[in-house]
Parts: sequence; C-alpha cells; structure tokens
Amino acid sequence: MELYRILIGKPGLDGHDRGAKFIARALRDAGFEVIYTGIRRTPDEIAASAVQEDVAAVGLSSMSGAHARLFPAVLEALDKAGAKDIPVLGGGIIPAEDIPRLKKAGISSVFTPGTPVDTIINAFREACCQHHQQRC
Amino acid sequence: MSKQDPALQEWQDNELARTLARFPERKEAFTCHGGRPVERLALPKEIDEAYQDKLGFPGRYPYTRGVQPTMYRGRLWTMRQYAGFSTAAASNERYRYLLDQGQTGLSVAFDLPTQIGYDSDDPMALGEVGKVGVAIDTLADMEILFDQIPLDKISTSMTINSPAMVLLAMYIVVAEKQGVKAEQIMGTIQNDLLKEYVARGTYIFPPRASLRLITNIFQWCSANAPRFNTISISGYHIREAGSTATQEVAFTLANGLTYVQTALDAGLDLDVFAPRLAFFFNASSNLLEEAAKFRAARRLWARLMKERFQAEKPSTMMLRFHTQTAGNTLTAQQVDNNIVRVTIQALAAVLGGTQSLHTNSRDEALSLPTEDSVRTALRTQQIIAHESGVADTVDPLAGSWYIEELTDAIEQEALDLINQVDEFGGVVACIENGFIAGQIEDAAYQYQQQIESGERVIVGVNEFQVDEDVEVPVMRLDPAVEDEQVRQLKQVKAERDQEAVRQCLADLENAARSDSANLMKPVLAAVRAYCSLGEICGVLRGVFGEYRGRAW
Amino acid sequence: MQPAQLLEQLLERLHRGDSRSVARAISLVEDQTELGPAIMQGLDQQRLDTALTVGITGPPGAGKSTLTSALVHHLREQGLRVGIIAVDPSSSLTQGALLGDRIRMMDHALDRDVVVRSMATRGRLGGVCASAGAAMRIMAASGCRIILIETVGIGQSEMDIASLADITLLVLAPGFGDDIQAMKAGILEVVDLLVINKADMPGSRKLLLDLGRETANSDRVLETVASERQGTETLLERILAFETELRQEEEFKQRRQRSLNKETVDWSIELIRARLTDLVDNEFLTGLDQDPRAAAEQVLSDVLRNSLTFQR
Repeated sequence: MELYRILIGKPGLDGHDRGAKFIARALRDAGFEVIYTGIRRTPDEIAASAVQEDVAAVGLSSMSGAHARLFPAVLEALDKAGAKDIPVLGGGIIPAEDIPRLKKAGISSVFTPGTPVDTIINAFREACCQHHQQRC
Repeated sequence: MSKQDPALQEWQDNELARTLARFPERKEAFTCHGGRPVERLALPKEIDEAYQDKLGFPGRYPYTRGVQPTMYRGRLWTMRQYAGFSTAAASNERYRYLLDQGQTGLSVAFDLPTQIGYDSDDPMALGEVGKVGVAIDTLADMEILFDQIPLDKISTSMTINSPAMVLLAMYIVVAEKQGVKAEQIMGTIQNDLLKEYVARGTYIFPPRASLRLITNIFQWCSANAPRFNTISISGYHIREAGSTATQEVAFTLANGLTYVQTALDAGLDLDVFAPRLAFFFNASSNLLEEAAKFRAARRLWARLMKERFQAEKPSTMMLRFHTQTAGNTLTAQQVDNNIVRVTIQALAAVLGGTQSLHTNSRDEALSLPTEDSVRTALRTQQIIAHESGVADTVDPLAGSWYIEELTDAIEQEALDLINQVDEFGGVVACIENGFIAGQIEDAAYQYQQQIESGERVIVGVNEFQVDEDVEVPVMRLDPAVEDEQVRQLKQVKAERDQEAVRQCLADLENAARSDSANLMKPVLAAVRAYCSLGEICGVLRGVFGEYRGRAW
Repeated sequence: MQPAQLLEQLLERLHRGDSRSVARAISLVEDQTELGPAIMQGLDQQRLDTALTVGITGPPGAGKSTLTSALVHHLREQGLRVGIIAVDPSSSLTQGALLGDRIRMMDHALDRDVVVRSMATRGRLGGVCASAGAAMRIMAASGCRIILIETVGIGQSEMDIASLADITLLVLAPGFGDDIQAMKAGILEVVDLLVINKADMPGSRKLLLDLGRETANSDRVLETVASERQGTETLLERILAFETELRQEEEFKQRRQRSLNKETVDWSIELIRARLTDLVDNEFLTGLDQDPRAAAEQVLSDVLRNSLTFQR
C-alpha cells in the first residue's frame, strides 16, 4: 500500500485542538504520515508547510467559526504558492449553509460533528490517491 | 451513633459553633417530606482514627467532607454563569441589567485576540474581534466596560491568562478613577498559564516568563489588593482536552504546587498568598467517579500543602473550587438530552462540595446558547438546590464503600502521577518534553476510539439515534463590530500623549529585562498612558520570546 | 510531458531553489519511484561538495528544535540558505507516523530559504538513512549551504542517522540526559560536539560533572540557552570552524565517503530485501538448504558472486 503524507493545519486563534489531534492520530493509525502544524497558524504558513512537505492532502480544523474566512484563505495561499493541486479537506463546527459555499470555494470535503472517523479516513485516502496519480 | 464522642464534641464546640454563630443555617429545620428531620452530618457508629484520618469533620483537615462545617445548609453554592458579549458597551449594558436584578458578581469573557495579546487591528485578529467575548484594546475600552459599575461593591471574575497582568492593571486604574482603592477591589483572574500549554492554548510567552508574570501579580496583590483572587488553577480545560478524572486532579494540583513553589522562591509568605488560590474543575457524567474526584482532590491538596510546605493555617490548606459541567459531553444530536447530562454533572459537583457552579446550556455544543436554554441551565441548579434535598445534609455520599474506595483510589493515583511529574523534572519540564500533553492526548484518543467502536455508548450518537438533521446554527457576527472597534482604537492612539507612550513602553522593556523587577508597576503606568494591550504584550514578546507549542 | 522532460524540468527548478520541486524530488526518491535514481544523478556535484551537513540528536525535552531554530536564525542573518530534516519514528504496526517537529520551526515558516522536511523512519532498519541522505543532497543541490538533520532520542538508530552528517552534535539539558549516563565515558568518541542546553537552569553544572572530568573540560563541550539564543552564535562559529578544520585535512572527504558507504549498504539491503521478498513469493527458494541461516548464506553468495567487482 502506498504511504501518503498529509498535513493537518489549525488556522485561526482558537486553541481547541482535541478534534484535530484525534483525527491526526486516527490517520496515523490508518497508515498515513501526518504532519501537524500546531494551533494558531496563518493560511500562508499552512500553505508554505504543505508545499515544503509535499503532502498529498491538507486537512483543516476550526472550532471558533472562523472557517468561512480562513478555509478559502488557505486555498488562496496554496494557489499563490503554486500548489493549487493539493486537495484541502475541512472540519469543525460548520453550519450546514456554509458547506456549499466552502465546497464551491474548493474545499473537497467538509466534516461536521458526528461524522464517523472512518468516513474521514476514507475521504483522505481517496483525495491522496487521486493526487498521487497526478504527480510525476 | 456515638454523639458523645469526644472528637465530635470538640468539633461541635469549635468549628461548628463558630460557623453557626457567624452564619446561621438557611432554615431552622431541614426535613424530609413528612417531617422527618434531616441530619446535618451523618457519621459512622464509631469515630475511630481511620475515620478521622481519611474523612474527618467538614471544615477541618483533611477537608474530605467539605471546606465548611455546615456546607450548603449554611449557604448554597454560588450559581455563576459565564457569558461574553462583543463590545465593551454591549457588555456594560448587560452587566448593569444583571446588577439591577440583584446579581453581585460579574464574569467577563474576552475575545481571542485579547486573550492572546493582539490588538483588534492586528492581522492575526482578523475575523475574531468580539467573537467569543469582549474586545479590550486600551484602558478606554475598560472604562466603558465598567462605566457606572461600582467596583468597590461588586466582584469581577475575568477569564484571562497570558495578558492577565495587563487586564488586571486596567481594572485597577478604572477603579482608581472611580475613587476605589486597589485594596478594595474584589474578584478573580484566571491567570493559570501552566494549563494553557497543555490544554487551552492561549499562551503567549514561554513557561518561565509566564511564571514570573504570575508571581509578580501574586506579590503585588498580596501587598496592594489583598481581596483579589490572583489565580484560578484550572483542571476544567485539561479535562476538556480529554484527560481522565485522575489526570485532571493530578495535573491541576501539580500546577498548583508549582505556583506555590515559585511564589515561595520569590520570597512570598505562604499564609498570605495561598488562601487566595482558587481552583476550577470539570464535572463530567460519571456521577460517582466525579463526586469522589472532588473529595479526593480536596483531601490530596490539604495533605500536599501540609506535608510539602508545612502549612498549618486552615485557609492555606483548603481547596476551594468552582465547577463547570463538561462541555465536551454535550452532543449535537438530540440536544434536549444535554439537559439530562448537565443535571447529572451538576449533581456530581454538588455532591462533591463545590463552592460555585456553572451549568452548560443544552444547545452549547454548537453555538452560543439562547436565553431560554440559559434559563433552563440555571433552573437545573435551582432544582438541585431546593428540590433534590442533596443540599440539606453535609457530604451525603460519605461512608458508601464504593465512594470511599473510589476517593482513595483517585487520590492515590493522582499522587502517583504528581510524583511522576516531579521525577521527570517538574511541571515546566513536563510541558517542554511533552509528558503531560502526551498523557492527556493518549487518554483522549482512547476515549474517542471507544466511542467510534461502540464500546462506549453515547446516547443519540452511537446508539439510540433518531433520524434528524444535525444542523449547526449560524452565528454571524456583525462585521461592523470589528470595524468600530478598530476605529475606536485608532482614535485612542491618535489622541494620547505619544511621548508618554514611548517612555512607558521603554520603561516596561527595561524592567522586563531585569529579572528582579516586578512588572506590575510599569504595566500600570503603561495602561494609564493608554498604551494598548497589543503594544504592551508586543514589548514583552520582544523580551521573553513566544512559546511555539509542541505537536504531540 | 515525457518523463525525460519532466525530469529535466524538475532538476532545473530544483537547482533554482523552487520549494515545490525540492519537496517533490525528495518524495520521489523516498517513495522509491523510477525517477528517483535519475534525480540523484542529476544533482550539481559542486553544491554537494560545498554544503555542510550537521546531525543533531538528544533526548526529548533537551531543546533540540529550539536550538535548531536558533542556529537557523543565525545562519539566515548571514544570508545562508538552510535545510532542516526532522526525523520521527513510524509506527511499526501501521506504518503511519506523526510528524510534529515543524511547530518549532514556525518562526521560519514563510522564509523560502529555510527548507524544512519532516521524515518518518518508515519502519525500515536503516531505510531512513537512505532517504534522509538523499534528502540532504537534494537540499544541498537546491542551494542550501548547511543542512541540519534532527532526530529524537539517543539510541543506536538515532545515532546512525545523525552520523550520516559531516558533523554530529548531541544536545543534553539538566533533567534530560540521565539515560546518557551509560555511555558517558565515550560520549565524545561518538559525537563531535556536546551541547549542554538550558545552561541557565540549576542542575546544568551537575550534568556536566556527571559526564566526567575529561568530558567536562573538553573544548568540544558548549553551553547554550537556546530559547534566548545565548551561546548559539558561538556554537555556530564552532561548527563552522570545525568544518574548516575538517576540510583542511582529508578527514572531511573520509567522513563523506564513510556515510556514502553506509548509505550504499542501506540501499543495498533495501533493494535486496524487496527483490528477495518478491522472489520468495514466487517460491524461488525451493532448491536451498532447509536451514534458513544456511540458505541465507547460499543466497548471499549468489547475490555477491557477480557483483563484487568494485574496489575494496
């Protein structure tokens, strides 16, 4: 099985990373190499790290409601860094009406409280697999 | 029961008699339905040495059965609900309404930029201004926040950590302008930095610099504001981050011991500052374990204070604590179930002898609660207080074999863990090497795995589900709040005496560079000159550096 | 695009210092793709020769990442491009890994001339040496003057990884280095420089004394307070002076050659393991001795028979 590298980023100021860390560990246990940026990262920092680490996918977590502004900002930062191709998945406390908007902006999957961890792992695996197929 | 027991008699003649004389009980007689009297304190047939050693009498070492001799028969716990509002003006309006309604204490929540020492116009603050609490940039905001609120009469609890010194200084200067002296002000600042590194995440400076700021506050307040509680040592967030009950007790008390040692090293008098230490715990859903946890924490703290620091004064050894029900147990599914969860958790806190309590609202898992749900949360406390009967007798669970066994076990396990932290070089070292965070994360991971696998049932989540749309309600903050806050900040900055600002910040920097200086004085001066929170924290960031956190 | 064109483009961008290409090149080698060997052969040898690699190891909590970050700060002040490789262990059970060392490097997150790469050991004995060695060379080819490789722990495998570098550095701190006691006698035989970090803390004196008089008095022991960048500039000067010293003698080339040899062995084992596993799956091994040890000797002599034509 191929080893996928992914980056879990936590943009915004909220320090509640229990969820982000759980997902990171669950992904590790599912065989991923997971790079975690820590809390309070700017979109530019997350994008630069994703590029340097050559990850196949980025996962973002936000619990403070800052997703609406910050998730698209990470996409923009990736684009600016020439890494538009890296899929971005997001999770946290996200109102239903924000989900179509985030997807339209380019977030490939959105997870909300209660999403089973297996669903999340599969979404990452699929995103990584597609990305690896494209890379040279 | 041997009511003529000499030890009992001695307690009755001293602690109990003194308390009853000063604070009569709430009712002349407490009775069950039908008139049977409720005993103040149920006791074993024989009050032997083992009983005295482990449980003792309420209000007496080792305080297992509570810190006051009559507990809730004398006075109910304080029902304190924490809330935050976007701007200083909106908060002020709300506070004045609450005070008109007879409330005597305020609880202030700050927004994240304020908690992390950024001004509202900092790029890092974008989108977060006024979101989870009030935004405070300069003294001007604090003046609005407490406008027409008499700071000599009310007590204010502020949930603030890294920049606690700055907010405290602003509070003191606002009081001063009202003609209220620092020695008159009452309240609490959270000011518990050690737990921020392992759980809550609003740290700014490295641990050693934080400890210095905390000790400076202890020192200044001991001399100048003796009625102010200078720290609230918080296990709440450690538990929310996923720790076990035992870990919550262990790491919280270990943090407490670190603060005590640091203050002693700085030459402070134990019996002056230790009585101002307050604690803050979490009440989760395992009713009996939680009740036992509070009893164990109280006994262990008393023993640690006595054994490690040779404390003798009762108030130095007493663990007084605030409790909040466990936010992480609230589910987005079938939200009404949360009322039941909160009831069980609140009951655990009361059975465990809490001094004050915040009950979460049913809809708090996903958003700020509605007014109706806040009322239900408060009613939950009132039903426990007035209808359940558990408040009518002291420490009702004592003597249950299971409860006492559990109390002993939690105390012992927590002590073992505290000793382990000591062995690994103490709390600061264990923050830096990741031991504490690692323990918490392992526990959190195991717990969540048990839920994912169905081994642990969470009603409505992994069993007993109904077909429902779990929708996260939308909370949109008016972007005008941020713009207005930034505009006001710019105005304050434009109108102040720039030379004074420069001088104050330079003085602060010099003081920060000298390890022996107490920073309260230069911070008070800076605040008076309308230096902003971001400027003051910026200077300290420059001197102390910033803590970067660790991943695992 | 054709693979040849792709390769050419990748190498061209890599040598210009493009972050994305550097990162991708490392992945392609680490994942053992077909392009891997060609990338390595296309690297600018002169840049590889001028670059210096420094291995940093020590127990968790000693402050390696903070020290690394301080060194990076000083190197950047001198305008030098820096590479950092942070190695963390993979789970032997799931192959997955948590890589968290980036956090301490966040001060440099937006600096294009600070190239950071987190690497997992991927559960292979020595395997990471092969990948990390390649990553160091790719970073060097991209213009990094100095590449720091950081591992957590002070066990044999961490030392192995660190020893891939030209200069090795062991970081200890009061309270974090007690396990080192066992090897204290020969500590300076294993590493080039010993850093006592958090030297402002009580206990640093004792730590030094515990290491023995000879070690404590050596000029290869330095004290730092990395969080305040105290002593870190001196440490960097010491590292660079040591480099000059090594380069003046044959020692530098010899060290390089030793680590290349080591990497070659690691790679060989990697490749042989894969090939043999593949062959075993195809039931190739029927004609061999029943005893696995004896059978292995037979296999080995078969493998080596035609290929040991290089000079010893």
